[in-house]
Amino acid sequence: MDLIKPVTPEVIGRRSGSLRRRHLYSRAFRIACIGFTMSAVGVLGLLIYQVAAAGLPWLDLQFLTSFPSRFPERAGVKSALYGTLWVVSFTAMISLPVGVLAAIYLEEYAPASTMTRIIEINIANLAGVPSIVYGILGLAVFVRFLGLERSVIAGALTMSLLILPVIIISAKEAIRAVPSSIRLAAFAVGATQWQVVRSHVLPSAIPGILTGVILALSRAIGETAPLIMIGALTYVAFVPDGPMDEFTALPIQIFNWTSRPQAEFHELAAAGIIVLLAVLLTMNAVAVFIRYQGTRK
Amino acid sequence: MTSLVASKKRWGEKILRLVFFLCAFISVVTTICVIAILAYETLSFFQEVSVTEFLFGTEWRPLLEPKAYGILPLLAGTLLIVIGSSLVALPVGLACAVYLSEFASDRARSIVKPILEILAGIPTVVYGYFALTFVTPGLRLMLDDVQIFNAASAAIVVGIMVLPMVASLCDDALRSVPGSLREGAYSVGATSYEVTARIVVPAALSGIFAAFVLAVSRAIGETMAVTLAAGATPNLTLNPLESIQTMTAYIVQVSLGDTPSGGLAYKTLFAVASLLFTITLVMNLLANKVMRKFQEVYD
Repeated sequence: MDLIKPVTPEVIGRRSGSLRRRHLYSRAFRIACIGFTMSAVGVLGLLIYQVAAAGLPWLDLQFLTSFPSRFPERAGVKSALYGTLWVVSFTAMISLPVGVLAAIYLEEYAPASTMTRIIEINIANLAGVPSIVYGILGLAVFVRFLGLERSVIAGALTMSLLILPVIIISAKEAIRAVPSSIRLAAFAVGATQWQVVRSHVLPSAIPGILTGVILALSRAIGETAPLIMIGALTYVAFVPDGPMDEFTALPIQIFNWTSRPQAEFHELAAAGIIVLLAVLLTMNAVAVFIRYQGTRK
Repeated sequence: MTSLVASKKRWGEKILRLVFFLCAFISVVTTICVIAILAYETLSFFQEVSVTEFLFGTEWRPLLEPKAYGILPLLAGTLLIVIGSSLVALPVGLACAVYLSEFASDRARSIVKPILEILAGIPTVVYGYFALTFVTPGLRLMLDDVQIFNAASAAIVVGIMVLPMVASLCDDALRSVPGSLREGAYSVGATSYEVTARIVVPAALSGIFAAFVLAVSRAIGETMAVTLAAGATPNLTLNPLESIQTMTAYIVQVSLGDTPSGGLAYKTLFAVASLLFTITLVMNLLANKVMRKFQEVYD
């Protein structure tokens, strides 16, 4: 690569000033980098403080067990919390098997063909498609074409397509981390391809796969735009009973409250954000725990 | 001698292989569906509105009379967000990456990295809340003539949002530069600034470039923070203190209302989404290509 020139005094700029000035620059640069990093960390602290200060006073049992309301003091997130749990459960049931099987195909079965390369490049690019485009896809295919209406299952299918690339990429990495000597030993004693995958590759790869799946699902929980596109309602005063019911979700409820002008609703939004972050934190803790269990073996 | 050919056909194995292939093929089907749907509806949109009016018209008023279908105001809004968020995310992200890969101790790294991951995992609607309740009031305190909904506030939070991605990808790029290059420079008496700025960063430039392109592509596709904080007024301006509308925010605005399916207003959704999809796809393809090339250099 011609970007890398031979290292000579001219390249590193030794001629550009006295030694003391060069060390001064160097120290200033280092401090600037540390300062920028600390400011990024500081922003996270500020954000959490801002949300906690506004939302904590509103967070009580009544908030968790009430439906949304025009009156801030009576409003709650019950329907949104249940809606989120419904959607994420169905998303997991759809995306987990499909994503893992796709990863198994790409790592263990796929020949080095043009088709395989197309699939690989396609997955890498799908991971970068804006989530709102998935929302439009869900609107056109699931809501309109398949006639699923604004149901939990339409939301879960849309979310599954959205997180499939993420799941496939992380599952592939987990499968690739299994040493090939394990596979070769199994093949050597006459195991078939599927026997190798089921009894040898999968058991070692499962902790890594699950970690990736949970992180992908926590992305699905936070996504708002695709659910708005497929028409998840902003005012729902009931809890879904089945996959064909209408629903709302936590981020949509937060969006709804934030977009109102009154300060009380902004504080409700902050309380909703605390609930949402608590759900995400729980899932991440589970993922970390699984990873820890996996590495201990 | 026993034959080495399998004694029986294992149909189960073949069926499983086919099932696995179909799962992997779903991703290709997804792409085909996205392109087919966007192309179909966009073509029928262009039967009623000319391509020239769409691409070069300076007014976007598809829901009110008199109607106008010029995409430029939405593009200008998106551009403002991209420029503003890049000003925040690119320098700070690169500085974080330099700190992490060149200066930080293992202990500091093990603290800062998870914090950046948390920052990356916070849902975008939360950033929208943060923009409206903290950044906008702050801007209004510091500057005059700041509208309640303004591009600057949204651009700042979008910048914060993509910062962890920039930091993490640049960190990967910097760390893949072989240590021997650094040692070579130190051995002829370079200071740590000179090593970083003149040796390590140039050597990792293609990876850093890919990270920047991906960050811009993320900022273009960002939806919720922009919808909440930047407003809903298509506005052909480059003044970041005014209320604007981005392509993504327009799509949300239409889908929140009761736009009947099949009408021209409904089709604008797909026309705008096509443009959005095309821009981000080109940028992602470019970034992935650069990234693959750069991985080959040191492998």
